[in-house]
Order: sequence, then C-alpha cells, then structure tokens
Amino acid sequence: MDDTSQVWINLAALVALVGVMAYALLGGADFGGGVWDLFAGGPRKRQQRLAIQRAMGPVWEANHVWLIFVVVVLFSCFPRGYAALSVALFLPFHAALLGIMLRGASFVFRSYQSRQEDAAAETSAWGVVFGIASIISPILLGAAFGVVTEGQIRVDASGQVSLARTAPWLSPYCVTNGLLALATCAYLAAVYLMNETSGALRDDFRLRAIGAGTATAILAGLVGLFTWQEANWFFMRLVSLRTLPVIMVGLVCFAGSAWSVFTRRYRLSRLFAAGEATLVLLGWGLAQHPYLVYPDITFADAAAPMATIRFVLLSLPVGAVFLLPSLWLLYVVFRQKSIEAE
Amino acid sequence: MDTLLAARLQMTVSLVFHMVFAAVGIGLPLLLVIVEGQYLRTGQPHYKALAKTWAKAIGLLFAVGAVSGTALSLELGLLWPKYMEVLGAVVGHVFGLEGFAFFLEAIFIGLYLYGWDRLSPIAHWCCGLVIAAMGMLSGILVLGVNAWMQQPVGFEMAAGRVTANEPLAVFGQPLWFYMALHSTLACYMAVGFAVAGWYAWRALGGRRDAAVRAGLTTAMLVGAVTAVLQPVSGDRLAKYVFDTQPVKFAAMEGQFKTETHAPLRIGGWPNVETQSTDWAIEIPGGLSFLAAHDAAAEVQGLDRVPRDDWPPVEITHLAFQIMVACGVLLSVLAAWFWIAYWWRREALFERCWLLRAAALSAPLGFLGLEAGWFITEVGRQPWIIQGVMRTSDAVTPAYGVPFMFWTFTLLYVVLGVTVIVLLRRLAVDGTDR
Repeated sequence: MDDTSQVWINLAALVALVGVMAYALLGGADFGGGVWDLFAGGPRKRQQRLAIQRAMGPVWEANHVWLIFVVVVLFSCFPRGYAALSVALFLPFHAALLGIMLRGASFVFRSYQSRQEDAAAETSAWGVVFGIASIISPILLGAAFGVVTEGQIRVDASGQVSLARTAPWLSPYCVTNGLLALATCAYLAAVYLMNETSGALRDDFRLRAIGAGTATAILAGLVGLFTWQEANWFFMRLVSLRTLPVIMVGLVCFAGSAWSVFTRRYRLSRLFAAGEATLVLLGWGLAQHPYLVYPDITFADAAAPMATIRFVLLSLPVGAVFLLPSLWLLYVVFRQKSIEAE
Repeated sequence: MDTLLAARLQMTVSLVFHMVFAAVGIGLPLLLVIVEGQYLRTGQPHYKALAKTWAKAIGLLFAVGAVSGTALSLELGLLWPKYMEVLGAVVGHVFGLEGFAFFLEAIFIGLYLYGWDRLSPIAHWCCGLVIAAMGMLSGILVLGVNAWMQQPVGFEMAAGRVTANEPLAVFGQPLWFYMALHSTLACYMAVGFAVAGWYAWRALGGRRDAAVRAGLTTAMLVGAVTAVLQPVSGDRLAKYVFDTQPVKFAAMEGQFKTETHAPLRIGGWPNVETQSTDWAIEIPGGLSFLAAHDAAAEVQGLDRVPRDDWPPVEITHLAFQIMVACGVLLSVLAAWFWIAYWWRREALFERCWLLRAAALSAPLGFLGLEAGWFITEVGRQPWIIQGVMRTSDAVTPAYGVPFMFWTFTLLYVVLGVTVIVLLRRLAVDGTDR
C-alpha cells in the first residue's frame, strides 16, 4: 500500500465519518422528534406535536438520505468491511431498518389519515408506531457501534465472519451505547425545537432538553466506564494524545450547551449541542482508525480498488455544487417563524 | 424454508413493492409538470386542482418509495454480502451518483409539497421539473448497476476479490442504454394508464367536470406516446439480449432446442421435462426474424448450456407473455381513445365502453412493468452476476433469514394496504369534492 493510496483511503474514511455526523445531527434530531412526539404531554400536548410535525415535515426525507450516503460510501469504498458488517450485524441492522421504515411510513400515514393538519396531533395508532420506531432505531444503531468497538466481530483469513459471542449487542457496554445514542438524539431534538418555538411551548422543550441532557451526561459517564472495562483498547485510544483533545473540546461544548440551555441562550445552545455531537463522533473516528471492524479489518484491508475510491471522492465536490445550494434553499424557505403556544 | 429461498423471496417482495413506488416517482411528476404548466399557461383553476391532488399523492407515494428504497439499499448487503462486496467495488460509485440524484429529488419534493405559498408560481413549477428530471435520472442510474449484473464489464478478480477496476467502463455498456430506455418508458406508461384508468372510472361514476376530463386526456396523452415508443425500445432490447444473454432469451421465448427458422411462440407453457413449449400459437420463422432480421437465422436454445445454468423457464416465459400482452392491450386502448377523441371530442366522455375499457386497463401498465422485471431478474438466474457469481454463492450465512422474510412481507402488506386506503381517501377528498 503506497502513500497516495493511503491518503485516498483515509479521505474516504473521513467522508464516511462526515456522513455519520450529518446523519446524527439531522436524522438523529428526527429520531428525537419522534421521542418527544410519543412523550408529548401537559396542557400543550397538541402544540408540541404540531411543532414537531411542522419542523420535520419538509426536511425529514432529505435528513434520512444521509444514512444512504454512509451506506453507499461504505460499500463502494470499503466493500469487504461492509460485507462483514452485514453478516455480523444481520439481526440488529434488519431490526433498525424495520424501525426506520416504520417511522418514515407512519409519519406520512399519520398526516394523511387526518383531514385537517391539527388532527394529526391527536394520539393515533400510527402516531404511537412513529414514536416507538423512533426509539428503537437509534438504540440499535448505537449498540451496533458498540459491537464493532468491542471487537466482537471476527473475520478469518478466508473471509468467514463470526461473532465472538452470541448476541453481543446485548452486552451492558453495547446497550448503554444504544441508550446514549437515543438520549443524544432526544437532546438534539429538544434543543432544535427550543429554537423553533416561543413562549410556554419553548419552555416545554427547554425542560425536555434539561432532562435529556442530564440523561446524556449520565449515560456518557456509564459508557466511559464500560469502555474501560469491556473495550479497554478503545478506552486507551480515547485517552491517547491524538483523541483526548477532541473529546475534551466535545465535553466543553456539552457543558456549554447545558449552560446556555439554563441561561436561555437558545441559538448558542444549538451551536454547542451540534458541536458536541460532531466532536464526540470525530473522537470515536480518531480512536477507531485504522480499524473499520476491530481487530481484523482495517480500512486498507477493506478498500475497493483505488480507481473506485477516487471516482467516489472526486464525484463529491461535483455533487456538492448541486446539493449545497439546494439544501440551503430548502432550509431557508422553511425557516419558520417561531410557533406560539395558543 | 432454506436461507437461499427466503432471501430470494424477500428480495422479490421488496422489489415488487418498491417498483410500484419507483415508477410513480418517475411517472407522476411528469404528469404533474404538464398540468401545472397548463395552469400557468391558461390560468384555469381545474389544472391547479389536479396538480394539488397529484402532488398530495406524490407526497405519500414518494415517502413510501423512499422508505422501501432505503430498505433495498440495506437489504442488498444484508442478504447478499458477497455480491455486494464485488458490486460495491466495481459499480458502487454508480449508486453514489444515484444518491445525489435521489438527494436532490428529496430536497425538491420538500420544496414542492410545502412551498405552494412560499415560492413564486414559476419557481414552484421549476421545482416540479427538477423532481421529474431527478426521478428519471436516479432510475436510470440504478439501471446502470442492474445492467452491469446482467453484463459485467470493467474489472479484474483474483481469489474472490476485485483487484482492479475501470469505473468508467460501465458507462459505455450498451445494455444500460437499452434497459434505461425501456424501463423509463415503462414507468411513464404504467403511471399514464393507471391515472387515465382512475379518471375513466370517475367519469363512469358521473363525474365529468373539467378536472376529470383534463386528468383523463393528459394521462392518456402520456400513455399513448409511450405506448407507441415502447415496442421499438423493446425490440432493440430483445435483440441485444439475444446477442449477449442467449440463455435468458431462450427462456423468454420457450426455445429449448437450437434451431434455424425458429417460430415465434405466443402463449404456451414450457415443459422442462419434455423440453418443449406446449399449446403455443406458433408463427413459423417469426422468432428468427425478430431476433436477427432473417427468418432462417439460427436461434440458440437452452440445450446449449448445462441444465444447472437454466433459469426457471416457466416463470421467465410466462412473465414475457404477460408483459407483451399488457403492452399490446394498452396500445389498442390508446389508439381507440385517440380515434374516439378525434372523432367526437368531448362527447367521448359519454362512450361507456371506452371508459370501461380504460378503467379496467388501469393496472395493466404496472402489471407489464413488474412482469418485465421478472424476465430481467428471473431470466438471469442462476447467476447473481452473470457468469461471475452464482446466487447460491452470494447469500448470507447469517441465521434468521426466513424469519426476516416473513416479518418484512407482513410489513409490506401493512404498508401496501394503508397506502391504498389513504389514496382512496385522498381521491374522494380531492378533485371529487
């Protein structure tokens, strides 16, 4: 493997990571929106649901394309790793997929089954499906991360994939990883929604942000503990010199977002929350590199022929020329005036 | 149920389901752009009413299509990991380009559906144009990957791994062009006749207002144009398949023995034991002529390859007969409609037999489209990548595939039924209020 190839491979890995970040920030907030839809309550239950629906309606499909983006980058640039992950995580990926399908479908079904926009905010069967599916999928995806970093997937020289133990995604480490993913999604969603609402409705989401933020902090602590116990190699990498600074800045962002939620600096809290999620994922990427599937497959082992990787990477700026202005247009056109509680 | 069968059935269910929504995502935006354009040109409100109703239908159907498409992009890897390992390395980048087109489509769908009051009428119509163009483009790009499975080009393998690749080779692969043309036309045709059938049904029920009339004629226009072009593209595609995938061609036509002056068989049932296609209407020399422009030409039969390399002949032949029959019936319907229109203008809305025929034909375009995909995919068996990898070698070693098949089948049934119920409600609330 020569140096230029290594550069292309690392670039492709970075692109996949950026896709994961975008999915976490946008798709993750959609999952969180589903959570708050399910747990809508109090005197402004309907307004909460309406706010979520109005915020998500125009953008949720575009948000979930990031998952496809990650999948495509993985199978075109790292096909061997993608194949191994598909075999090992057959069950949790299928279940997460089921959740993603159900929540997408139930979100539109719910709004189409009611004749007025407001009626979709009533509790309905599809609404409950939407909420539950929004909870299950991030837990499963988070747990899948855990399986990979814990080194539970083994691939022998002939390419045979096996799991180090049955259902490794049920280990305490993986389950807390899943719960952390869920709490982070809920936190992001609450912080974003705080920015899209005003008055008493905004206070509802502020309270939810405080609750989800506290849960995120506790779960992050637990994940740290379990990492140290169950995935020690990964823990040592997290506290290594190349990763630790990123994680520290991430934690500072998290503290910053908590502070700005408490002091009602809404826009700042959104910036900090997004920064926190992005930096934690960057730290995860730095700690796991060069392994795609620890300990048997590195990015270089899994790589497609250079020609394919180069094509994929070079097509990105071309695609971005069309995509970025379009995305900008989408978010600008629907930047809503804040929704007042009636 | 063994893993291979379950995986193949899950793929079948997922693809049959998704193709309906993919076709709608390609075809309906075209109709939408036409009627909204008519509205901008004439200012007549019934065009806008139609556009709004169809836009609502697109909102629902596109969302379900995005969901089933997401499912497929993951299922391909989950069920066929070894196939995806090779496919990703060689043509994964084509899926990447498709991702861009789909992404743009999703963005502009959001702008279109929620932007009626936030965008100027022209800007709104342009969003529709982008949706129509990107829907078509993403369909064509997916077909590039499929064409590559039928006729793999541009790579080298050693010990089961792709060692070198020429990413541009697939763009020069001729099968892609023929498939893209045939399939894109099929999507427009399926949607055109389905929408026409719906408005014919409304007209029979006594609704003959401007919106119903405009809906029927617009959809019939798209249907008729594609019905004229489709046989031409089908002929080109079949000739190319004859040259490059002779086994699939033989299965389509029920041609067991290699022979000159091969007859064209209409209908019939291929009997694999006796190696003959029984009860078919045979036109002597017809197949040789269609395949090679020469009634004396030799047509390779299934006997040229070992029995292990035969696709399921019955399904492939039956699907081919169904597809051609649908195409012929729809062409006749389109001709009937436009002759009646030329003859009687708006009075044709009193012609009950024509409207009944149109209403009954509503599902034929989709039936033909699905049958076409059965030919393509079943006729490729036992290969998942023609000549490179067998389907049975590509299937996942994971446990629980039959369970997933049943779960996903149930899910698709629930989704399908719900979509039908909601579409009915939409139609009743929409133009028919």
